[in-house]
Amino acid sequence: MSALPKKADAVLEASHLTKIYGAGHTEVVAVSDATLTVACGEVVALLGPSGAGKSTLLTLIGLILSPNAGRIAIGGTVVFDNNRTQVNVRRFRRQHLGFVFQKANLLPFLTAAENVRLAMEINDHPARTATRRAAELLDYLGVGERADHLPSKLSGGEQQRVAVARALANRPNLILADEPTAALDSVRGRQVMELFRKVAHEQNAGVIVVTHDHRALDVFDRTFEMEDGVLHAADNAKQQGVVQ
Amino acid sequence: MNLAARDIRHNFGRFVLTTIGLGLLLMLVMGMGGIYRGLVQDATLLVDRIDADLWVVQKDTRGPFAELSRVPANLEDRVRAVPGVLSSRGFISTTIQRERNGQPLRMTVQGLSWPQDRGQWLPIVAGRALGQAHYEMIADESLKQPIGDKVRLGKDTYTIVGRTRGMTSPTGDSMAFFTLHDAQAIQFDLSGEAIRLERSARYERAKQIDLGRSQPQVIERSRGPSSGIPALGPPVISAVLVKVYAGFDPEKVRAVIAKWPDVSVYSSDGQRQLLVSGMVDKSKRQLGMFRTLLILVSGIIMALILYTLTLDKLHDIAMLKLMGARNGIILGLILQQALLLGCLGYVVAYVVGQWVFPWFPRRVVLTQDDMWLLGGVVIGISILASLIGIIKALRVEPNEVLA
Repeated sequence: MSALPKKADAVLEASHLTKIYGAGHTEVVAVSDATLTVACGEVVALLGPSGAGKSTLLTLIGLILSPNAGRIAIGGTVVFDNNRTQVNVRRFRRQHLGFVFQKANLLPFLTAAENVRLAMEINDHPARTATRRAAELLDYLGVGERADHLPSKLSGGEQQRVAVARALANRPNLILADEPTAALDSVRGRQVMELFRKVAHEQNAGVIVVTHDHRALDVFDRTFEMEDGVLHAADNAKQQGVVQ
Repeated sequence: MNLAARDIRHNFGRFVLTTIGLGLLLMLVMGMGGIYRGLVQDATLLVDRIDADLWVVQKDTRGPFAELSRVPANLEDRVRAVPGVLSSRGFISTTIQRERNGQPLRMTVQGLSWPQDRGQWLPIVAGRALGQAHYEMIADESLKQPIGDKVRLGKDTYTIVGRTRGMTSPTGDSMAFFTLHDAQAIQFDLSGEAIRLERSARYERAKQIDLGRSQPQVIERSRGPSSGIPALGPPVISAVLVKVYAGFDPEKVRAVIAKWPDVSVYSSDGQRQLLVSGMVDKSKRQLGMFRTLLILVSGIIMALILYTLTLDKLHDIAMLKLMGARNGIILGLILQQALLLGCLGYVVAYVVGQWVFPWFPRRVVLTQDDMWLLGGVVIGISILASLIGIIKALRVEPNEVLA
């Protein structure tokens, strides 16, 4: 497991993030004062029971929800500070972030290749460039021969690999994956986790993976745990025990 | 990449069925407009074709089509004496319904002033114009009687010698053209017993007056047909059609005849206006209301269809937003589908209408102006109908992908 990255190498610097749902009696602190830094090429796992706040933290970092407090910088750009979003959220997302979820969430009316192409065309890449890169990525992820198939004709594993290809299409600084292996068997799940590691290292992107799957923890550079909205680094010894 | 086209490709069957359904609805809208145009054309057909500059009718009536008009037959001669008049001819128009081979035979009888008017101006598609003073008729093909067929009307039998196309009356009945005298015979035909009773009554009345006693010939004439009794007989033609000399101002002739206290006179345009503003007006408003409702219904149905299509895609739209897609991409997806649906529906309406409308009992006339207007309306309702879907789509939050 790598040491904490230097600030200059950091692709993500999130500090003191807090997210509170509801108010008064119904107030729920989903994320409490969470601080997380991810370096370029680093793969980080977020563990924790259901309702611990992992997915919420991911949506805060992914600029899907706004935190109540804290600061987020991605790739050196401050995107959230002083309770305000500092960038055009959609533009920033399409240029710098990649998302993978438990469900592949591919657009059902587009083929595998078109799903990947779309991510690039949304980001104003020419169609020809997008077509070439989509083919390269799908080949790279081992689903090149399924490029012209609709999602409904792909297996769960194939769909998830297409979703990863889509997330990588725009060469994002940071990839956010929310339980990407939950719908896959252990072999496929491990393949996807290893894929993240490969991509992170080869493309120098940071990857944060929310997972319940303790079998593939050795893939990650660092592991964090969340409990009741509080984020802390996982205990190495305990972690090793789990892995064994 | 065109997402709308890709989505349609994916849901092709549903899109096709939806388009056909919408197309049939638009066909009804198109048909309503066509029926209205047909009504106007039917109403003004004869006025437009008969080549008359002026129509002289019974005083204060809007005859002969808008209402009943009766003028004496000798009016034709009086009119002919007006300076500037090239020709005048009597005209009869009356609708009859008889039974033939167990089927109703309904037609508008038009009497033409033989021998000047033989119906040569009619759009005869088979056969010929009238060739003799009696017992011949020209029938419209919508009457479905072949040339050479003999039709008994009243006490006489008429041979169909010519067929016209598209000659229907303002009420949609097929027109049949006879000589004026034959038309009168058909119009005033009475049963033998009715004639006997009428003659007998006339005879008794004539005997009781001084004139009858002093002029036995009057009593004799009273035994003859009503139309043959000068002055005492009822006016027996509907109108007199006037043609003025080329270069002569019809308005001058009209001004002269308008001073006569027993008749009213209209120009062809005036007669046309009477028909359009009188006879067709209520039908026009009725059809207009119905058409507006149909457009409204089409708009609502389109909005529902597009809204449902959008609801089906909410998750995908949330994903698009999560990926950073601009609102324009999402808006384009819905709007393009709406416009494609509207435009293809319009094409379906036109194509199916071309096939279906000729089977309608009344004429359906599609004019280019109406088609452009409806096209514009369809684009308008497509855009309006897509608004609900667009609003819904724009309100979708990207975090709904996680739901």
